[in-house]
Amino acid sequence: MYDAGKILLGLIIFLAFATFPFYTNMGKAVAKPDPKLDTPVIQQMKVKQCVESKEFMRAEHMQLLNHWRDAALRRGERLYKGSDGRITEISFQNQCLRCHSNKKKFCDECHSYAAVKPYCWDCHIAPKEAKNEH
Amino acid sequence: MSISRRDFLKLAGISSLGIGFSATDLLWKNRAEAVEYMSSPKGLTAKRWAMVVDLRKFKTEEDYKRVIDACHYIHNVPDFGNLKDEVKWIWTDTFEHVFPFQKNEYLPEGVQEKKAVLFCNHCDNPPCVRVCPTQATFKRKDGIVAQDYHRCIGCRFCMAACPFGSRSFNWRDPRPFIKRLYPKFPTRTKGVVEKCNFCVERLAKGLGPKCVEVSNGGLIFGDLSDPESEVRKILSKHYSLRRKAELGTRPSVFYIIGGDEDA
Repeated sequence: MYDAGKILLGLIIFLAFATFPFYTNMGKAVAKPDPKLDTPVIQQMKVKQCVESKEFMRAEHMQLLNHWRDAALRRGERLYKGSDGRITEISFQNQCLRCHSNKKKFCDECHSYAAVKPYCWDCHIAPKEAKNEH
Repeated sequence: MSISRRDFLKLAGISSLGIGFSATDLLWKNRAEAVEYMSSPKGLTAKRWAMVVDLRKFKTEEDYKRVIDACHYIHNVPDFGNLKDEVKWIWTDTFEHVFPFQKNEYLPEGVQEKKAVLFCNHCDNPPCVRVCPTQATFKRKDGIVAQDYHRCIGCRFCMAACPFGSRSFNWRDPRPFIKRLYPKFPTRTKGVVEKCNFCVERLAKGLGPKCVEVSNGGLIFGDLSDPESEVRKILSKHYSLRRKAELGTRPSVFYIIGGDEDA
């Protein structure tokens, strides 16, 4: 084998880089996300229930938001009748965030954990930011 | 005894079907059933929304400013403070620029000097919709030319296609340049085009456009397809102009110029 030394050295360097995230984080437990629902609006609700079940919202909220966007913006259908028959106005900024007014403890908690960076906040005004900027 | 080639293929086919079915089952498991989307019964509807601008009612600078400020506030339109970056939903320009082929030296006094109120014409045959590669700009059933900012890729084809300069591009992040943030409406982001939306968000709630509300009768909004609507009645009584009608985009914004006090 020609240049065995160089190749082996290269391989070792490559492996060191490739496995870097694993051995630096080994043994360290990252805190589990713990989204909070204790906003004033939710506290006052008699039945603490989002537009769909907790399980559905947890798994499918991104799809639901996309459907809401298309319904409201493209078809002008701004009312949503959920699977339990309740009717909600479709508006991310004025409906979703009215209850979930704690972006940091509700949205960011899981998004940061999962390293997801949704671009919602580029345009939609988060409740807390709006207060700070005034 | 070992399995024959034919049997193996049969078995493989059946098991791949099985894998396919269980995958679709997984995908469907979390879906909500019986969901329905509806329009609000309170919302205003029309076959073709249109605006009449009665320029005779715009007399002072304040008349123009009030309309522009009201719109720009509730839609979070930024003010960059320079013409190059300008973002506008409602703006003004001189008679000569707005109606380039209508100008002559003998027009009634005051007409040439008069500024026109301008916004998106919500054309019936909108060139901006035709050129949009992502269908971010589209025409609604009620004639409003709307834009989905989520889908805008900032290619600016629509700006090139619009003969009226109704569209503005966000060259920079607009957030810091919004003096007073209106919390009920989103802002835009860097790299998207924006324009007047005929207040679709207000129409859905049963309210007319904000500019009309504060215009003291200078702006009239209504359904062009309804002969009994206010816009049709006004258009049937007064001679009106549309911007660059010869281009065939069929604008939905009409201008009543009026000479002296002929109203």
